[in-house]
Amino acid sequence: MLDEAVIQRTLGAALRTGGEFAEVFVEDKRSSSAMLDDGRVEELSSGRDRGAGIRVVVGDTTGFAHTADLTEAGLQSAAEAAAAAARSGGGGVRTVELTRQTAPRPNDVGIPPESVGKGAKVELLRRADEAARAEGEAIRQVRARYGDSRRQILVANSDGLLAGDDQVRTLFVVSTVAFGDTGMQTGYETVGRTIGFELFDRYEVEDIARTAARRAVTKLQARPAPSGTMPVVIGPGGGGVLFHEACGHGLEKDLVDKGASVFKGRLGQQVASPLVTLVDDGTMAEEWGAYAIDDEGTPAQRNVLIQDGILTDYMWDFLRSRKEGRPRSGNGRRQSYQHLPMVRMTNTYLVGGESEPDDIVASTERGVYIASLGGGQVNTATGDFVFGMTEAYLIEDGQITDPLREGNLIGNGPKVLTDIDAVGHDFSMGHPGTCGKDGQGVPVGDGVPTLRVQALTIGGTAA
Amino acid sequence: MTALDLPDVADLVLEGAEGDEQVEAYVARSRDAQIRAYEGEVEQLSVAESLGVGVRVVRDGRQGFAYCGTFDAEAVRDALAEARDNAAFAEPDEWAGLAVDDGVEPPEVDLWRDDLLDVPTERKVAMAVELENAIRAADGRIVGVESADYADTATEVVIATTTGLRRASRYTGCEIVGFSLAGDDDETQTGFGFSVGRTVDDLDIDRAARDAADRATRMLGAVKPPSERLTVVLDPWVSAQLLGIVAGTLSADEVVRGRSLFADRVDETVAAPIVTLVEDPTDGRAWGASPVDDEGLASRRVPLIEAGTLRGFVHSSWTARRMGTASTGSAVRDGFKSTPGASCRAVALAPGELGPEELIGGVDHGVLVQEVSGLHSGVNPVSGDLSTGAQGLRIRGGGLAEPLREFTIASTLQKLLQDVTAVGSDLTWLTMSAAGVSLVIRDVAISGQ
Repeated sequence: MLDEAVIQRTLGAALRTGGEFAEVFVEDKRSSSAMLDDGRVEELSSGRDRGAGIRVVVGDTTGFAHTADLTEAGLQSAAEAAAAAARSGGGGVRTVELTRQTAPRPNDVGIPPESVGKGAKVELLRRADEAARAEGEAIRQVRARYGDSRRQILVANSDGLLAGDDQVRTLFVVSTVAFGDTGMQTGYETVGRTIGFELFDRYEVEDIARTAARRAVTKLQARPAPSGTMPVVIGPGGGGVLFHEACGHGLEKDLVDKGASVFKGRLGQQVASPLVTLVDDGTMAEEWGAYAIDDEGTPAQRNVLIQDGILTDYMWDFLRSRKEGRPRSGNGRRQSYQHLPMVRMTNTYLVGGESEPDDIVASTERGVYIASLGGGQVNTATGDFVFGMTEAYLIEDGQITDPLREGNLIGNGPKVLTDIDAVGHDFSMGHPGTCGKDGQGVPVGDGVPTLRVQALTIGGTAA
Repeated sequence: MTALDLPDVADLVLEGAEGDEQVEAYVARSRDAQIRAYEGEVEQLSVAESLGVGVRVVRDGRQGFAYCGTFDAEAVRDALAEARDNAAFAEPDEWAGLAVDDGVEPPEVDLWRDDLLDVPTERKVAMAVELENAIRAADGRIVGVESADYADTATEVVIATTTGLRRASRYTGCEIVGFSLAGDDDETQTGFGFSVGRTVDDLDIDRAARDAADRATRMLGAVKPPSERLTVVLDPWVSAQLLGIVAGTLSADEVVRGRSLFADRVDETVAAPIVTLVEDPTDGRAWGASPVDDEGLASRRVPLIEAGTLRGFVHSSWTARRMGTASTGSAVRDGFKSTPGASCRAVALAPGELGPEELIGGVDHGVLVQEVSGLHSGVNPVSGDLSTGAQGLRIRGGGLAEPLREFTIASTLQKLLQDVTAVGSDLTWLTMSAAGVSLVIRDVAISGQ
């Protein structure tokens, strides 16, 4: 993407006024999308974002600048701005020897999205629209979106690191509106992988559309969700966001260091039920949060965060692990070259257990079964977190019965982790997601087997 | 780098128009600074310029779009070619087309302060550090400051079309935001405080620090409430977020696509008689104020709900053509990377007579909600189902009592609007599309123990 000599000179400029650490992050991202709504292919969109972010560290201060100008002059001026922002004092000339490092890619890409004609992408939308509407008269509206991106990055820093990655993602989303006596309800389904157009050899868009349609139609019969605290069973694949919110964010080392995590100072302690083994794994082939290197040049890794209920490690970024002289975990990520990296999750999942999924439901007298969760939010300092249910049912006398209207659930992370009393053997990864933190969004994945939490508060209106 | 300025980039795009196709250039540039203080030092300081152009092409009733994050002439020409190519794959739409001047003159709205551009970085750094110190000093129970940030922006936009529109707008803005931690070994609670303005002299560090400290310390010892139905008082921060969602359902984009629960309700009663909701981006106090909308038409005042009766929706030129009405100058984009849709950007309730203390004084048994979470996952603007995480304070006998946490509030958007029993006098403009105001709502389901 850029000449190594130019990068070396840019790092030199960044360090000229005495910076202790400097980094150049170059990104070239092309994205395209096509949208069908209201029965018509409304719009195709293409975009290109290309630029570099440069940071300079002096003491505990990070200076940052970015530029869309990738000429040597543009990079030099950004490097000087970043150095000035770090208010560095001393002087001197430092040269940086770069060593190219390679990391295995989580998976190969079969059919690069840019090699596929726009007509073929549009055709997927029409097929999805037709399939969703074929699910019945109740389906009144269908929106389908195809999206792909190719993100090439290059990271070089004053420790001599030079590494690159080529990240491809392809996504398909269908959302529907069903209409009935009870008003309107919505259904949603999405698939996304870090692969190219071969996604559609694996998944039929008709299946995605039918699932989205079925969810909306089912909810027309839904009753209001209960209020109060009761057992909750979460189905395979549907509920990884529970762990993302209940403890994932709280295990990010930047929040821990600031005292903004209930998991601070708890390494080596029992923080969860012995049934809980939680992993964050950026190497999972094709999963939405997978990559070869993170946005600081560290190879992705499989990191065990909680082993049999014991907290074994936090997630780390480059500077924090560098400062403590410990191995890097590969969790330094950023939304784009215009952002500073932060500690972020990749693919976060609960390892499967031994229980029969059917037995978990059958042994629940009264509770809620959640087949699909929506997004969530956590206050890492208090541990209180919420997450939405987009497909849920009542459990009565050990049987899954009536569908429930949408709502949030609320719980406290440390409490919920210890309240997990059953983990099934039917592990499955869930939907592609976008995790937001401090204004930056990055792609993440999650997964769970069937599991039960003894007590969660259901945010419904029924008694 | 190229020396092209915003109008030059717009010219470059329009010069490339072919035949009778319509072409629009949306050119934007912002200069932004972000500073985070931590333990008395600068933790992060970022100063940067972001720019780009979004190009729309409408040809034979088909629309295509492309953008590039640069003013480089070759990349801009590529974006135009790509937008044109994209248009060929869209399906024809008899209402497709760019905006055309409707004779409404853009209002004078003063949103730009030259002096913000002259503020030295040192002063901005000092404000972030001062905010952090002020939060720590505000209360002995403050044990930490998670972040103390200063941020500002100076943004300029030029919109030009081959249909004859050419409009420029610009604004400055700055804010300080602090997140506090209060507690001891057994318990941590969090709070936040902020102040927003067009330039640094508008910012009130003491107030932001006091809010951040108060919001955290008053939550200490919070308990989970029992489940019941009762009256809630929403603080302005909370009501602004909910009003933003209500405003979303009043977008003509949602109406024409059959996704608005208010689609067929114009001139019907949709809210309590004390509810009057107006979208007014010509009000310079609003964060979303602007003289023109994002396809170049003049901003204007749009009554949405008057004394509980639905009066209409916000329109872009496309929704207006499709519904046989006039644009309300409400085309909004999420920057140069997206196409415009009809949306509110400066919506507010008509304020009432009473301040928050008086409103709380009138509630015998209720909850003051000071924060909500999970709005994106717990509110479905199509069905109207609403359920969010919440924290706040018990109201007992007209006074504030013990703090409450880890509970949800639930209703539906339809019912919530009907159940409003009082609107406060404390209209508060926030960095959102809606202004906040204290709001009393009866019969809301609380779910806790």
